[in-house]
Amino acid sequence: MKINLKINGQSRQFLIEPNEYLLDVLRKNDYLSVRRGCDNTSCGVCTVLIDNKPVPSCSVLAARCENKEITTVEGVEKEVEKLARYFGELGADQCGYCNPSMALTVYALKLENKNASIEEVKEYLVGNLCRCTGYIAQHEAIMKYLGDES
Amino acid sequence: MKVVNNLTHSIDGMGIMKGRKAFTDDFAEKDTLIVKVMRSPYAYAKILEINDSEARKLEGIEMVLTHKDFKRIPFTRAGQGYPEPSPHDKFVLDEYVRYIGDEVLAVVGRSDEICDKALSLIKVEYEVLEPVLDFETAKDNPIVIHPENEIHEMFDIGFQPKRNIAASYAMEIGDVKKSLSECEYVIKETFYTQAQAHVMLEPHTVNARMDYQNRLCIYSATQTPFHVRRIISQGLEIPLSKIRVIKPRVGGGFGGKQAIHGEMLVAYVTYKTNKPTKMIYSRKEVFESSYSRHPMRIEMTLGADKDGRLKAINCEGLSDTGAYGEHALTVFMVTGSKVLPLYNKVDSVRFAGDIVYTNHTPAGAFRGYGAIQGNFALESAVDILCKKMKMDPILFRQINMMKEKETSPIFAIMGEGTAGTAMIMETCKLEECIEKGMALIGWKDKYPRIESKDKIRSVGMAIAMQGSGIPYIDMGSATIKLNDDGFYNLMVGATEIGQGSDTVLTQIAAEELMTTVDKVVIYSSDTDLTPFDVGAYASSTTYISGNAVWKAAKELKEKMIVEAARILKTKVENIDFDGKTFMNRASNEKITLVDLSNQITYSHEQKQLQVTSSYVGHKSPPPFMAGFVEIEIDKATYEIDILHYVSVVDCGTTINPMLAKGQVDGAIVQGLGMAHFEEVIYGANGKLISSDMLNYKIPTRLDIKKLTTVFVDSYEETGPFGAKSVGEIGIDTPPAALANAVANALDVRITTLPVTSEKIFKEIRRINDEK
Amino acid sequence: MEVKELVRAIDIKAAYTLLNESKGSKVMAGGAWMKLSVKSVDKLILLDDLDLDYIKEENEFLEIGAMTSLRTIEMHPAIKSLSSGILTKAIKSIMGVQVRNVATIGGSVMGRFAFSDILGALLVLDCQLCFHGLHEISVFDFLQMPKVPSDILLSIKIKKSSEKGYFHKVSKTHLDFSLLNIAITKNELFKIAIGSRPQTATLAINTANFLNSQSEINEDTVKKAVEIACDEIKVSTNLRASKEYREVLLKTYLTRGLLEVIK
Repeated sequence: MKINLKINGQSRQFLIEPNEYLLDVLRKNDYLSVRRGCDNTSCGVCTVLIDNKPVPSCSVLAARCENKEITTVEGVEKEVEKLARYFGELGADQCGYCNPSMALTVYALKLENKNASIEEVKEYLVGNLCRCTGYIAQHEAIMKYLGDES
Repeated sequence: MKVVNNLTHSIDGMGIMKGRKAFTDDFAEKDTLIVKVMRSPYAYAKILEINDSEARKLEGIEMVLTHKDFKRIPFTRAGQGYPEPSPHDKFVLDEYVRYIGDEVLAVVGRSDEICDKALSLIKVEYEVLEPVLDFETAKDNPIVIHPENEIHEMFDIGFQPKRNIAASYAMEIGDVKKSLSECEYVIKETFYTQAQAHVMLEPHTVNARMDYQNRLCIYSATQTPFHVRRIISQGLEIPLSKIRVIKPRVGGGFGGKQAIHGEMLVAYVTYKTNKPTKMIYSRKEVFESSYSRHPMRIEMTLGADKDGRLKAINCEGLSDTGAYGEHALTVFMVTGSKVLPLYNKVDSVRFAGDIVYTNHTPAGAFRGYGAIQGNFALESAVDILCKKMKMDPILFRQINMMKEKETSPIFAIMGEGTAGTAMIMETCKLEECIEKGMALIGWKDKYPRIESKDKIRSVGMAIAMQGSGIPYIDMGSATIKLNDDGFYNLMVGATEIGQGSDTVLTQIAAEELMTTVDKVVIYSSDTDLTPFDVGAYASSTTYISGNAVWKAAKELKEKMIVEAARILKTKVENIDFDGKTFMNRASNEKITLVDLSNQITYSHEQKQLQVTSSYVGHKSPPPFMAGFVEIEIDKATYEIDILHYVSVVDCGTTINPMLAKGQVDGAIVQGLGMAHFEEVIYGANGKLISSDMLNYKIPTRLDIKKLTTVFVDSYEETGPFGAKSVGEIGIDTPPAALANAVANALDVRITTLPVTSEKIFKEIRRINDEK
Repeated sequence: MEVKELVRAIDIKAAYTLLNESKGSKVMAGGAWMKLSVKSVDKLILLDDLDLDYIKEENEFLEIGAMTSLRTIEMHPAIKSLSSGILTKAIKSIMGVQVRNVATIGGSVMGRFAFSDILGALLVLDCQLCFHGLHEISVFDFLQMPKVPSDILLSIKIKKSSEKGYFHKVSKTHLDFSLLNIAITKNELFKIAIGSRPQTATLAINTANFLNSQSEINEDTVKKAVEIACDEIKVSTNLRASKEYREVLLKTYLTRGLLEVIK
């Protein structure tokens, strides 16, 4: 079957199987920043935004995304740059496999709740697991990003 | 120092967060064959017959591979120095399957769906054998897990497969029995540790193609690209010169990628068919069919005199390596060698035990590598002994622990798989670590506990040491070349796996060359392009590979000065170089690095300035740390809230203080995972039940309230700019610190990891029932 | 998950007919759990075009469309003020924001998941499930049905109430399933539900009856009520906790919950 998606502002049409998940369709079509981690919504690595809301693309059927707006990190590069700078400053980078998904989730949080407290940041991001950093430096970086009005 | 020990952003964080192509699967060919493996449903079975005729007929199925397709060449998947101290006990595919999840056969097809379909059409007939699932009954069990004759050890590691022993080890200094008999206080306790899973977020991933020179080119998410190349060459009899292994960005390793995974099958298929092939482990395969931490039983006996001086340690271990013996001996040896020297004033110390086969998922390398198991046992036992002696556990440690300029005879006796190397602790700031840590956690006010209506707050602590590479075995090398316009390329075989080694090594080169990190372009690692390095393990990269980089930078600087002296027509002794300009001190004549590099590239006496240097450690200076935890326990349910973890670390100079802190923070949380959260559950038939992320729970960002990580001033003369290692040390203390905090809160000693609320509840009930 | 055919229902009647046409038909709500639990579906019915994603506020009731995401519900101010916000609390403790953006209240109810945190909260709120075929039925009666009805859940109606409520979940990490969850409301009457026992949530009817028959509730009557609950509510062992430990959790948090709602 065919579906029409708007990915990072660009209209795309893909030929898909009815049981294909959004993650697989995106990777097949070279949106390589979207990655597989756990297969069962437990890790957050496959996060993309659908209509600006973070969702686990490993478990969303592509067929249900007809005419939806999909955002990957490539679609919000300016914001990601800003966040990445704070990650660098605070030593919050490690392997980075999850970083694009984390950036998208943080961006969605900013859209929903710019004045989020650190507790709200943790709650919003609890579905984004990280095995490298111990999380603390990430929280410091995210708080700085949210406070950055530039 | 301007670059080292200063704030430097990771050199690649920006591009990685932007989602640029970086990881192994990002480089897979578009039109590629897929390899999928049929996994054993039995813990132990012999394959009698495989009926794959229907599967082979499927459109889109390229091949079905069984044990009959492979020559019987035993090898080890462990990525270690060669010859390896691990038994060669694995075949690409075998007629025996030895754990639930072991490889039965592989299908190769044009898509995931076709491969799944093919797998569903294949019928396998097994002779189901009784498995050995309890590692305490494995030794000399009538059931032999490796009956085959071809398997062997590379040198004496105590390999006795007919007894289910993958390796064994014993050493004794002094006479432990005699020392213990003279002690005023003796305690003996048995500890158990679980098969922790790495849970790196990038699953095991590999892909291969034949390149235009008809060579096998493999991208692999590995910690050890050079070992991968060697193992594939030996296992498949492909000439080493025909194989190129590229390690792109790796999404976390923690030791889990220090052994090969799908590389053998993917290499075989591509070499045989000339077609691109790839394999990605499902998360279930990562849990069930790769490697875990070695579960261990450790019996610890400590003896002290009436003044609280530790006199004797007897440590007897039993380690479960699962179905195959990757890292079996060396992990076990670290349980002794990087733990017991902490208390170096004893009269006698004994360390011994077996590493046995069972029909469980194999164990392998994992950050901490035996040390975390040993540390849990020793540092718990020390608190048990202190309780018996009614002695303050901090005072006990201050009296008995290793101090600067001291040594332990264990260093000379125990290496990793071989004899060790004697060394003096030129840097050991444990005393300062303990003092600072006590202040940061508020020990004096909080020890042992503070009770309120429903809760008890308590603190617990442990000390630890690690190593910095394996002396006389681990080798790292680096190539630096000067380019026109005065910037450098740094090529290293060292393996960035997310720990930040590319940034740290760049900083070392930039510091020595007196330039900035943007002028040093690093590339790691590629067996065709970068010089040899053993890879990312054994806490070796900063110390070993860092020393190689430092040496190469120094040598290149000398070469540049020779060129400057030639151009400025003077002797090298007269040249001053500040990173940008060479000056003839005698004449004040100058040439900039940019001009020099352009001149030698394009216009006059042209040449490429390039240096390759290698480094092999002659010692393994241990980093040290003290870890303190503050917890709150519910008096009714024994739920534990981890409020604060303080780490005070002596790792020499921190080349990149932020990344070093990241290494410790991350290791602490991973260690707390092992200490409290990560339960490994096997079914009665030997099936791993905690084999996905719904059932194996790693700590989330809400589960650990606060971390404080600080470094003490320390300068290790043999390290690059004074550095020791920092990658593993952080993981060692949480299990014992937590168990000690629980004991301080409730007077209950949990000796089996993880320390869970339910275990505390059961132990308290048991004690009450006895009363 | 294998899907032979995917159908976007054009109206509720069509969805109902499709579902009952053959045994191989299934409705997909959010779909996250279905991926893990269902191997193959002949006809997968989507309700995405049926406008079942809404929260309506009436004078007495709140009505939540079955396809409303958990995240939307959790963020809704009227739901936050229902019985000390117990439904919000129950939902907030489920997985991460990503999952809650796709998971729906309809899927959470129809799945009748043993580990569900939501069912307990719904049991103690005054609420009705509105089906296409069955019409209105209480959550309690729905959970008593031997099989999940082959029906289309349209919405959930919850009676507005500012009564006191309590919800508590015990889990090993913030992303884990409950070892046990407890939901309590106290209006004129007490309602108590225990879930993830590890069996599906159930009401502690005898316990509530006892409390409701008391003229005064104090620490002693709470103690007695907890004893009745421990006798009444069956808990057992699974991977996450033993029967004995669940008993401790039940006793502890029921006591704390009751003391909190009578405060």
